[in-house]
This record gives sequence, structure tokens and C-alpha cells, in this order.
Amino acid sequence: MTLSFETLAKQFDSLTQRPSSDYDAFNVDADQLVALCEHLRDKEGFSLLVDVAGIDWNDQSPRFSVAYHLYSVIKQCYVRLVCACVGDESPEVPSIVSVWPAANWHERETYDMFGIHFKGHPDLRRILMWDDYKYHPLRKEFPLAGIEDELPAADVRERVDANVIAAPMMGGPFYAQAADHMSQREPSAADQSWAESNPKRD
Amino acid sequence: MSTENLEVGYNSRIEGDVIVSKADAVINWVRKNSVWPMPMGLACCAIELMATGAARFDMSRFGMEVMRFSPRQADCMIVAGTVTYKAAEVVRRVYEQMASPKWVVAMGACASTGGMYRSYAVMQGVDRIVPVDVYISGCPPRPEALLDGMMRLQEKISQERSLTQLTKKR
Amino acid sequence: MATQQKEINLGDNSARYQSEVPGETMSLNMGPSHPATHGVLRLKLELDGDFITKCDPVIGYLHRGDEKIAENMTYNQFVPYTDRLDYLAPLHNNVTYAIAVEKLAGLEMPPRCEAIRVICCELARISSHLLGIGVYGMDAGAFTIFLYTFTEREKLYTLFEELTGARLTTSYTRIGGLMRDIPEGWLGRVNNFINQLGPILEEVDGLLTRNTIWMKRTEGVCPISKEDALAYGLTGPNLRASGVDADLRRDKPYSGYENYDFEIPIGTSGDCYDRYLVRMEEIRQSMSIVRQAIEKMPDGPWYAEEAKKIFPPRKDKILTKMEELIQNFMIVTEGPQIPPGEVYFEAENPKGVLGFFIVSKGGGVPYRMKIRGPSFCSLSILPKVMPGLMITDVPIVLGSLDFVMGECDR
Ligand code: SF4
Repeated sequence: MTLSFETLAKQFDSLTQRPSSDYDAFNVDADQLVALCEHLRDKEGFSLLVDVAGIDWNDQSPRFSVAYHLYSVIKQCYVRLVCACVGDESPEVPSIVSVWPAANWHERETYDMFGIHFKGHPDLRRILMWDDYKYHPLRKEFPLAGIEDELPAADVRERVDANVIAAPMMGGPFYAQAADHMSQREPSAADQSWAESNPKRD
Repeated sequence: MSTENLEVGYNSRIEGDVIVSKADAVINWVRKNSVWPMPMGLACCAIELMATGAARFDMSRFGMEVMRFSPRQADCMIVAGTVTYKAAEVVRRVYEQMASPKWVVAMGACASTGGMYRSYAVMQGVDRIVPVDVYISGCPPRPEALLDGMMRLQEKISQERSLTQLTKKR
Repeated sequence: MATQQKEINLGDNSARYQSEVPGETMSLNMGPSHPATHGVLRLKLELDGDFITKCDPVIGYLHRGDEKIAENMTYNQFVPYTDRLDYLAPLHNNVTYAIAVEKLAGLEMPPRCEAIRVICCELARISSHLLGIGVYGMDAGAFTIFLYTFTEREKLYTLFEELTGARLTTSYTRIGGLMRDIPEGWLGRVNNFINQLGPILEEVDGLLTRNTIWMKRTEGVCPISKEDALAYGLTGPNLRASGVDADLRRDKPYSGYENYDFEIPIGTSGDCYDRYLVRMEEIRQSMSIVRQAIEKMPDGPWYAEEAKKIFPPRKDKILTKMEELIQNFMIVTEGPQIPPGEVYFEAENPKGVLGFFIVSKGGGVPYRMKIRGPSFCSLSILPKVMPGLMITDVPIVLGSLDFVMGECDR
């Protein structure tokens, strides 16, 4: 509302407007992201980086985007920046830790969950999952139940003889799948391996 | 002053009076009335665990007010909350540090079975890594349910064959 | 008294540290099972004698995969999971989540629903701050405070239970309304509770606020400057204690907050003592908001009536009318039908702003839901502020930041 797209677009030519149901939202290219963030922080008063969220668009290309939400304490308004990641196999965007230190953990989380690399991040490690976890759980191809794996600590693993298993979904998640005919849309089990003793279908 | 229970064990004030009882009964009576819990507060259930320890429900009525955060001083680990795979290691390590005899109470759906969290990060029941004595249902269990669970644990302790365990260890 | 205070002021901690002769450092692991870490936070500390030289928080011990679960659930099915984000104030999470989805659906709530939600939010704030202060006091050795505040929380639990059926995991809101209307006479009982809370708060105030030990341990400890607080994305009471005048209830009013008069306490130095004072004052302000809401409680529906594809019809209609039965069936199985779009909504939760970023492709299931937990950001400042503090300050700093791991790790 207080941001003028025209003046911004003069300075940052990759900026396009993004359809949004609430605040100003812009698409920006990866190479102009840091400069735009600096501009917004210093000239427009967006002093607070509230959120960084990765999005996996699954079969589209570019496959991954990162959405940033900024808030201006003075103007009391939000802006959303969406930056498409470069590369679908090993997606990459520049890190904005230099602009807002708050981005540090947010970017680590996004890396952990999506495998998006933030170029220039001082300390890009996993944050929520343990260090040698192999997958990026919020990618669309990763199943909710998880994938069988080894427990984190080796010595504990030996003593307890347990490992990471795919959670028994017992027929869930339990809602109607989107399908053409009503009879197919019946809320039924997406996964029929009802008991832990039964092997999973795939 | 002396209660019924005291007579069964040993009453120091009546010197000379000897009561014959099973050693198990005495040991178990001692053990079950001073269970010191180790609150393994992991998630939401820990808040109800706190409520049980606080004024209205008051766990100390059952000899359990001495919450010990040091596993070395605790007898019973109350696993209150969601055990994720990342935290599993910690739970196990804490359990291993406790001196026996030791018991484990799985408080809430998450600790018992994974509860509503059927997902990639959550261990589906803490009994995969530590032996559980009492499971308490509920999400979270009400303090009454926790108290009931702890009384069940006391019952269980009172039926253990403690002397054989002790001699076997040696 | 004033001169004494000057003397006990510990001053700039980092300056104090640098005057020491640096020796060999020692690393110390704190948590994840430690009474001061309020859950499962783990701190890897590097110590030089009693002083902290480096702090590396390790989180994720309570990462339960809420965001992935959300992608596999209809919007209403996810409500119970929001309880377990900030499990000290579940009612507020419910409300925040519901408003976020309603914003995406373009729904307006009737005034009665909004007023009930405001009462819920403020009661949740009171309960969260009560626990926060109680545990904070306990960390400093003032166990009595914990018993006082928890007794009040128990009374609140009774109220919550009457309203929602559960003490802790309330799941009270639905997309497009509430689970049910408030029970008869409930408002009166809330009013009674608020009336008797005042004197108790005074007592807690008397026990802590001017208590020399308490002040010695908190005043001047871990001051967070305005700039740092903003740069690290602190929100809520922690940000306001640092002197930033920001409160979404006033700046971006939602759920009819513009109809209530309240003041926003702001700290000056941003130290642990300020964070305590801000919380205390917020409880008082919340009490006043609840009183106003009770006074002005409007009549009318407590759900959005026009939302045919979002809010299930009333039970008596479901049992007697065919159309309503089908409608109910569709909403329950396929979820409330939400139009495609992207929406970000955040509300002023007790711990800071809780945000939901929802990407919808239409239908009853979100395509992506990102939850922005305030505690996540509050903790990310630890590596910056911890160095220079003493090891004995750690529980105080953690207590003053008042975080909860459920929403930090999600
Ligand atoms: S059982 Fe329920 S209340 Fe307890 S930790 Fe699990 S989700 Fe939280």
C-alpha cells in the first residue's frame, strides 16, 4: 500500500508483481534479491524479517521458491518477496543473513526441510533434523510417514536395537482425495497397510 | 501415631517387639512410598505434569513430590511428551543413568504410541527404546489420570520380587 | 534505594568480560533435559571460568513435522495440531490459525464470534504469562511464585474446560466460527475470575517486583538493544521490552481489537527485568480487555452463516434436512472449500507473533503451510547475547525470553 511498484521496478528490473490475496507481493530474481532487501530495509523501513518459507512446486520449473515476509514497524505494513531458486536438482538462492541476522535460522530451516542452498550463509547446517539425516522432509516426494533409516546415535542404536521406521498410517490421512466421481471420492484409506505387521504396498 | 503400615515393617519405638514379614513386603513398601520421579518433560504433557505437581493436585500426597532432574537421584522416569527420533537418544541416555530399581511411565498418547503425530520425525512409542511399566492414555492425560497411573505403578512395585532381584544382581 | 540500585547494576556485560584475563575455555552441554531449558532446548556453551564465550543452541528435539502433517489434512483437521504449537496458550493458536484460513477464504466473522475470540485470546495470554512468570521466578529460586501462578492457571483451566471440554488441548475454533457458543453463565464466571486475579497479581507483584534478590539477578542482565531485537526478528513482549512500540493488536487489528481500549507496555533497556515488567503489565491490560469484551458482548450468530461450503450446518438441521446432511458430509470429508491463493497472517500471541503462511491450490487441503513460531526467532538471538554473561545468568535469560519448544521446533 505504501510501496510503489513503479519506483521499485525502475531500480530493480527483474521485479514483477505477484498475485496475492493480502499484501504487496513481488517476484524477484535471485541476483537482485540481496540488493532489494537492503533497499527495503534502509530506504523503506522494513526493519523486521518475520518469515522465510520454502515452497516446493513439485512438477513445475523452477521447482523451488523461497518466500520472504517483511514487516515495517513504522509503516505497519507487510511485503512478500518470492524468489525462485536457481536449479531444480540442487536449488540455490543468495543468503540474506547479511541484511537481517534473523534470516540465519530461517534459512537453516529451509535448507533442512527443502535442501535449498543459501549462497553466502555463514553456517548452513541442519537445524531441526539430526545432522546425518539423508532426506529433506518437506519436499513433495517425501512421504509423510517417513523413510526407514538408522537412529541418530550409533552407541544407543546398538543397545536398543531400534531404528527410524515409517510411521504406521493405519489408513490415514483420512480425507477424500480429489477425483472425478463421487464414488472414488469416498473418504477412504489412502494407504491400506493397516497394521504394522503388514508390509507397505509400494 | 503408628499407622497400620508401620507395624508391618519395623517400629523402632517398640524395642524388642519383632514382627515377622516377608522381606519383599518391607522392601517394596519402602520403595513404593518414596518414588522420586524424573520428569522427562518433552512437550505439552509436561505442562499437565507440572499441574500435577502444583497446588491443586499435589503429587506429594503419594510420596512423589521430589522431582529430580538428575537421573542419578530418580527412581521413575515419567516420559511426558512426544519422543522424536532426535530426542530418543537423550531419553535412552537419561534412562541408562538412572540407578536401579527404576521404572518408566509413558505419559500421554505420544509417549505411548506416537499419538496424533504419525510423521517422519516422531518415534512411534517410547517403548521401542526403554521398557515401559505404565502407559497412561490421554492427550494430555488429566492430572487425575497421571495420579492414577502413578498409583498403578505403586501397586506394581508392591508386587515385585525385590529380594530375588537384589540377590541375583550380586 | 536509588543509590543502592546503581551499585548493584551489573552494567555492560561484554565490557565486564573483556577486562578479565582470558584463560583456557571449557565446553559445557546444557540440556536437552535440564530444568532451566523449559523443554528440550540444548545449549552448547563454551566457558571461560564463569563467563560464557560462545553459545550454540541446538533445537529440533521436538520437531514433529507439523508442516508436513498440515499438507495431508483438511483445514479443520489441523486445528488440534495448532493447540500443540504453543501449548501454554492453545486457545490463541486456534484463533490465529482460524483467522489465517478465513482470511484466505475471504470470510468475515460476526461480532459475537469476534468478541468470544478476543476473550479466548486474552485469557490465553493471561495463562501463558502466568506460567511464564511463575517458571521464570522458579528459575531464580522463587518457588512460591510458581505455586501462586499455577493456582490461578488451574482456575483458568476450569474455565477452559467448561468452554471447550479440555483443559489444555482446546481446539476451540473452526474455520468460519467456533466449536460451540459460550455456555450459559460462563461470562460471569470469567468476570469473577478476573476480579479475584487482581489482588493475587498484586501479591505476586509484592513478592517479586521490588524484591532485592530478584532485582539483583535480573536488572541489567542481558540487555537487548532495539536494533538487535529488530535485526533478529524478536517479537511480542521481548521486542517491546527493548523499547520498540509494536503490537499487532493495535497496529493491524484483527478480530475486532480496534474496539477495545488498552495500553501497550514498553520497556526501556531491554534487560531481563524489563521483560518481566512488560509481562506483568500485559496481564493487567489483558484483564481490562476481557472486562470490556464481557461488557460489550454482542448477541447474534457465532459462526459465519453465509459460508455454505466452509462451516458445517447446525446439528438439528443435519438430522432433519437432506441438503444439510450432504453439505455436512462434504465439509467433513473433503474439508472446507478454500479458494486458491497465498496468504500470510500473523497475530500477537503471548510469546510473540505467530504467523501462518498458507499456499492454497483450492480444495480442502493446503498446498503448503508454513508456521512462523515466535520462540524460534527469540532463541536465534542467543548466540548474539549470551557471550559475556555468567553461567548463572543462563536460566534467567532463558526464563525471561519465555519460549516454548513446541512452536520453536514445530
Ligand atoms: S499426548 Fe498430546 S498433549 Fe501429550 S505430548 Fe502428545 S500431543 Fe502433547
